[in-house]
Amino acid sequence: MIEKVIFYVFAAILLMAAMLVITARNPVHSALSLVLAFFTSAALWLLAEAEFLGIALVLVYVGAVMVLFLFVVMMLDINISVIREGFARYLPLGALVGVVMVLQMLLVIGAGVGEGQVSLALADAAAAETAGEGNNIRLLGSVLYTVYVYPFELAAIVLLLAIIAAIMLTHRRRADTKHQDISAQVRTRKDDRLRLVRMPSEVDDER
Amino acid sequence: MLALSDYLALSALLFAIGMAGIFLNRKNAIVLLMSIELILLAVNFNFIAFSHFLGDIHGQVFVFFILTVAAAESAIGLAILVVLFRNRDTINVGDLDSMRG
Repeated sequence: MIEKVIFYVFAAILLMAAMLVITARNPVHSALSLVLAFFTSAALWLLAEAEFLGIALVLVYVGAVMVLFLFVVMMLDINISVIREGFARYLPLGALVGVVMVLQMLLVIGAGVGEGQVSLALADAAAAETAGEGNNIRLLGSVLYTVYVYPFELAAIVLLLAIIAAIMLTHRRRADTKHQDISAQVRTRKDDRLRLVRMPSEVDDER
Repeated sequence: MLALSDYLALSALLFAIGMAGIFLNRKNAIVLLMSIELILLAVNFNFIAFSHFLGDIHGQVFVFFILTVAAAESAIGLAILVVLFRNRDTINVGDLDSMRG
C-alpha cells in the first residue's frame, strides 16, 4: 500500500516536471525541471529495485549531462521570443499526437500485459532465482563483466569518441591570440633569423 | 502491490510528453534535445519495469548501455549546438537551411 502511495506521488511529480520541461518559457527553467524529472525517476527506479541505475542516473545525468545542458543554455544568448513563435500554432497538433499516442499505448497495456500477466511462471522462477543472490550491484556486475564484457568495452569506446568529437568540434585556434609554438622555436636554424650583409665601410668626409 | 501496468502507463505518458515536446518546441534546439532525453527516460522506465517484474537482470544492463549512449549523444549534440551558435548566432532550427537545395 505504502509502495503504491510513493509510486503515485513520485509519478505525479515526474509528469508535472516533464510538462514543465516542454512548456517552460525560459530554457533554464526547462533544464532545471528536467533535473527534477531525473531525480524523481531515480526514486522510482529505486522503488523498482534497480538501485545501481537509480544512483547512476543521479550521478551521470544530474551530475554531468544536466550541468552540461545548463552551461550551454546559460552560455548562449538566446532570443526567447523568436524561438517561442509557433508554440501556440503547434499546440493542438502536439497535444493531439500526445493524446493519441497515450491512448494507443494504454490500449496495448490494458489488452495484453495488464495486471502483470506477463508469463507469471517465468517471472516467479526468475525472481526466486535472483532473490538469494544478494544485492543489485553484485548481480549487475556479474552479468556486465562476463556476458556483456564486449559491449561494455564498446560503450567505453563510444564515450571516448564522444569526448574527442566534442573537443574537436568546439576547439578553435583564434587568429588574434599570441601563443608560443615551441616546436617551431626549437626547429629554428641560424639562417632563418640571421642575415649577414657585406657592405663597404663608410668613410666619414665631414671631419 | 504495484503492477507492471502502472510502470508501463507512466512510461507511456512520459513518452507522449516527450513526443509532444518535439512538436511544440520545433524551433528551440536545446528543448528538442531535452525532449529526446525525456523519451529515452521513458524507454528506460520500460526496461526497468520489465526487468523488475520478470526478475531478469538483462533489462538493467540495457538501461546501462542506453544511459552511456545517451550521455555521448547529448555531449556531441550540445557541442554541435555551440558551434552552430558561434557561426550563425542562432539556435533556431528554422534558420538552419544552408543545405537546402
